Amino acid sequence: MTSVGTPLERQDARAKVTGTATYAYEHRVEGVLYAWPVTSTVAKGRVVDIDMDSAMATPGVVAVLHADNAARLETNIDLGPVQQASVPELFVLQSKKIAYRGQIVAAVIASSAEAAREGAEKLVVHCEEQAHDVVFRARDPRAYVPSVLGDLGPGNVNRGDADAALEAAEVVVDVAYSTPAQLPHPMEPHSTLASWTEGRLTLYSSEQGPSNTSQAFAALLAMDADDVEVVCDYVGGGFGAKAAPRPPAVLAVLAAKLVGRPVKVAWNRRLMTAHATYRSPTAQRIRLGADGQGKLSAIVHEAQHMTSALSDYVDQTASSARMMYAAEHARTTATAVRLDVPSAGWMRGPGETPGMFGLECAMDELAHRLDLDPIELRIRNEPEVDPSDGKPFSSRNLVACLQTGAEQFGWVSRDRRPGTRRHGRWLVGTGVAASRYPVFTVPSRASATAETDGTFTVAIGAVDIGTGSRTVLAQIAADALEVPVARVRLDLGRASYSAAAFAGASLGTASWGWAVDKAGRVLRDRLRDGAPLGTTVDVDTTEEVSAMRDVSRNAYGAQFAEVKVDAVTGQIRVERMLGVFAAGRIINPRTARSQLIGGMIMGIGGTLMEAADIDETFGDFVQSDLAGYHFPTHADIGDIDVVMLPETDDELSPVGGKGIGEIGVVGAAAAVANAVHHATGRRFRDLPLRLEDLRNASPASMSLHQSLR
Amino acid sequence: MKPFAYQRADSIDDAISAIANHPGTAYLAGGTNLVDLMKLGVSRPRALVDISHLPLDHLTHRDGHTVIGALATNATVAADPVIRTDFPVLSESILAGASGQLRNSASTAGNLLQKTRCTYFQDVSKPCNKRAPGSGCPARTGAHRDLGILGVSTSCIATQPSDMAVALSVLDATVSLRSAAGERTVKLQDFYVAPGTTPHRETVLEHGELLTQVAFPALPAGATSRYRKVRDRWSYAFAVISVAAVVVLDAHGRIEQVRIAWGGVAPRPWRAYLAEAELRGRRPSPELFERTLRAELRHATPLPQNEFKVDLVKDVTTALLTDLAHPAEDRKVTR
Repeated sequence: MTSVGTPLERQDARAKVTGTATYAYEHRVEGVLYAWPVTSTVAKGRVVDIDMDSAMATPGVVAVLHADNAARLETNIDLGPVQQASVPELFVLQSKKIAYRGQIVAAVIASSAEAAREGAEKLVVHCEEQAHDVVFRARDPRAYVPSVLGDLGPGNVNRGDADAALEAAEVVVDVAYSTPAQLPHPMEPHSTLASWTEGRLTLYSSEQGPSNTSQAFAALLAMDADDVEVVCDYVGGGFGAKAAPRPPAVLAVLAAKLVGRPVKVAWNRRLMTAHATYRSPTAQRIRLGADGQGKLSAIVHEAQHMTSALSDYVDQTASSARMMYAAEHARTTATAVRLDVPSAGWMRGPGETPGMFGLECAMDELAHRLDLDPIELRIRNEPEVDPSDGKPFSSRNLVACLQTGAEQFGWVSRDRRPGTRRHGRWLVGTGVAASRYPVFTVPSRASATAETDGTFTVAIGAVDIGTGSRTVLAQIAADALEVPVARVRLDLGRASYSAAAFAGASLGTASWGWAVDKAGRVLRDRLRDGAPLGTTVDVDTTEEVSAMRDVSRNAYGAQFAEVKVDAVTGQIRVERMLGVFAAGRIINPRTARSQLIGGMIMGIGGTLMEAADIDETFGDFVQSDLAGYHFPTHADIGDIDVVMLPETDDELSPVGGKGIGEIGVVGAAAAVANAVHHATGRRFRDLPLRLEDLRNASPASMSLHQSLR
Repeated sequence: MKPFAYQRADSIDDAISAIANHPGTAYLAGGTNLVDLMKLGVSRPRALVDISHLPLDHLTHRDGHTVIGALATNATVAADPVIRTDFPVLSESILAGASGQLRNSASTAGNLLQKTRCTYFQDVSKPCNKRAPGSGCPARTGAHRDLGILGVSTSCIATQPSDMAVALSVLDATVSLRSAAGERTVKLQDFYVAPGTTPHRETVLEHGELLTQVAFPALPAGATSRYRKVRDRWSYAFAVISVAAVVVLDAHGRIEQVRIAWGGVAPRPWRAYLAEAELRGRRPSPELFERTLRAELRHATPLPQNEFKVDLVKDVTTALLTDLAHPAEDRKVTR
């Protein structure tokens, strides 16, 4: 009786498609009011005065929340290294200083969302405007090296003498890449219902982490975390935007405190662009030094990012470069330029996604220089141990992924000469890139109860943000309890269920699964030992997680893409894409396939269309809604497939999975961009690959007129 | 958002009188653009008069003329068998726009009257001469990659985003406008007005006047017509540029008639009249097309981000005209 490994259908699919799944904004409480934010129209400055008369005169308006009447929050708080970077943005209305365009400067509270919005439109906020600086430029002399990055590693890491090795190398590739800011835009925008009852706070909120959200608000409000319940029964996606609490939830809490009634807020797309965080743009330079056979001696990866006045968060864009390939000498440097912009944060494969675009394109460029198959180049540089720290790999099946993919994609017969294949107006090419995402495991608690009717309830403060966690955790629980999955009820989405990891960094299933597995086994053993029905056990995996051996744990993959480029218009079509991934044990091949394909599609979007440009005059993002900020439609996706290589890894949690949430995005852009080079014979190193840049990509021998014949 | 009154019109005349003498009122049909603009605060009508159920959803082909009621949905028009067979340019243009859900709701008149998607027009916290006359135009120095290169003014470089309008333009369509005073018929080309210093005024439509139908004559025997749209993704995106064309060749293979219109480049569907006149009577070739179109584009006034549109629209039009004038055996070109 094993459920793990079977393609169980999503347990909540029916509730979602029939509209009975309750999302944050849909919860009902007595006496609720609605708040709508008023945001700054200057990028830097200060609120001088607020004229409230016409807003207050709007029918339905109850109050105006502003810096002078908002409750004071605790500012000297420490949420730990992972969450701390997001803290300054939570100090909503704690000062009159404006750090970016779109910052919340007031809110109108009313009896309906429409009245609140109408009142907000009538509120007059007088600001003192200061000159702003919002332009992100490569090689900005003001760029600084942060002490800590998103992966908690340092900004600058040196191994050996990379400069000397480059000097001595037979072949050097020295190239610059850039990636734009990208917006996460989960399907469900941020929304929160805040309700105070007898000193306790309940937040119905769209979050990736009930536990960390509870802890953050407890810290901000100087409360006990047990008194802050966070309910996230259903969450419509996160992509990093909800991995830490954001200003909308704080606004709901402050508004509810001001009026002494429950208050709902829901953001729209336009508001999301300022408050949902975004992937920082990057300006990268990569240098690879190799001998004539392609053996790497040096890798230097430098990546410049953008930080805000409020947040020091910087992606680990260059980190992959120190461990992907066996080069004796390496230097990776992340820098940042502080600008008067909204705050960047985690977004889907933070760091790895833009960084592996650069590194895997540079590897393709090196292979081309050496007239070597790019898969062969990677095999020649396959390390025995993690080059960054000499630790053994728990498992590393990158080569198997590349070789399996080569076979299934039809790579073997590939003619590697670029710019030589034409079908009518279309230039055709194929590309490959490696994927990698680190494995994290975080201690979590869970409980399991043997109900008197013979069923089992497993509860954990985990959350299903649309990935299928509710389903896979039920499968893990069923196997641990040795019962059919139909007899297991899996409760998640509430902070009060247990302290648990957040849904981020692809660590949810491994971290929660371990606690759920342990709770199930402990309960099963207790029942065997004669414990009565009604017994509940609580478990904690802190001890097991801290006892994990110090090895290098990563999931790997290989992505293959076939593209065609319209020689007249410059439009690109991704005709075929194959991802081969080795990510440990696959708990549910159905939901895993969705996750991986979803990641690859997001990768295609990131390559061809996703881009948020800061408006130099105003300081906000130009693409302010989903009509302007494009991601792929069905019509953009051709034949796409995933292979999950069987992989056994004894250095993981007993559940055995490595995490698949993000690895599908990593490497996808490089595979597509390398295919575009193969199709056109030209390198495009700046994302997204816009048609105007591609348009003149026809090989020199081919004029427009020839392409029309 | 601003509270508004809602009223269902009982008849066309009732609708016109409900709007005509009341400033700040608007007709509501499919609502696919107007309601969005109301949510954004760009449009703030005091009252909406719902005309969606009025008997204006006709679609007829009679006596060499096609007449499309203002309320015929985009989906209905695109799927009409005669439109598909005899006017593929129109069907293709509609299907190249929006999404299935939107096309099911959007009306013919609403499509023609939809507003520019210029980011500054849509953001009430910023200046825009079209939305707030005299407030300025940040697009020239800001985001203008998707904006116009032909027929624009220093006050406004917005484009008319309708795909259908571009196709109707090469079909020499007219629109009927009804008011309490009666009905007038205007050529689609004259319906849209140049932005000049008054970009907030987009069409000749007076307040209260109701666009009741669109009409166009049959194409000459042997005509071929197509629509080609270039966009940043393969569905659900406005045109970077688009081209509608009709070609009729004479018995000797020379161009008897050609009509060319461009979308995504101007505040109206841009008929390339100069090129059309130049091409008439000539033997078609890509070189001729390209040379002629380049002349048509001589007066383009692009800005740094949209300079590429000049050559793009020239090349795509050259390719499309070549397809229409030289239907290769293996290329399926609809008659």
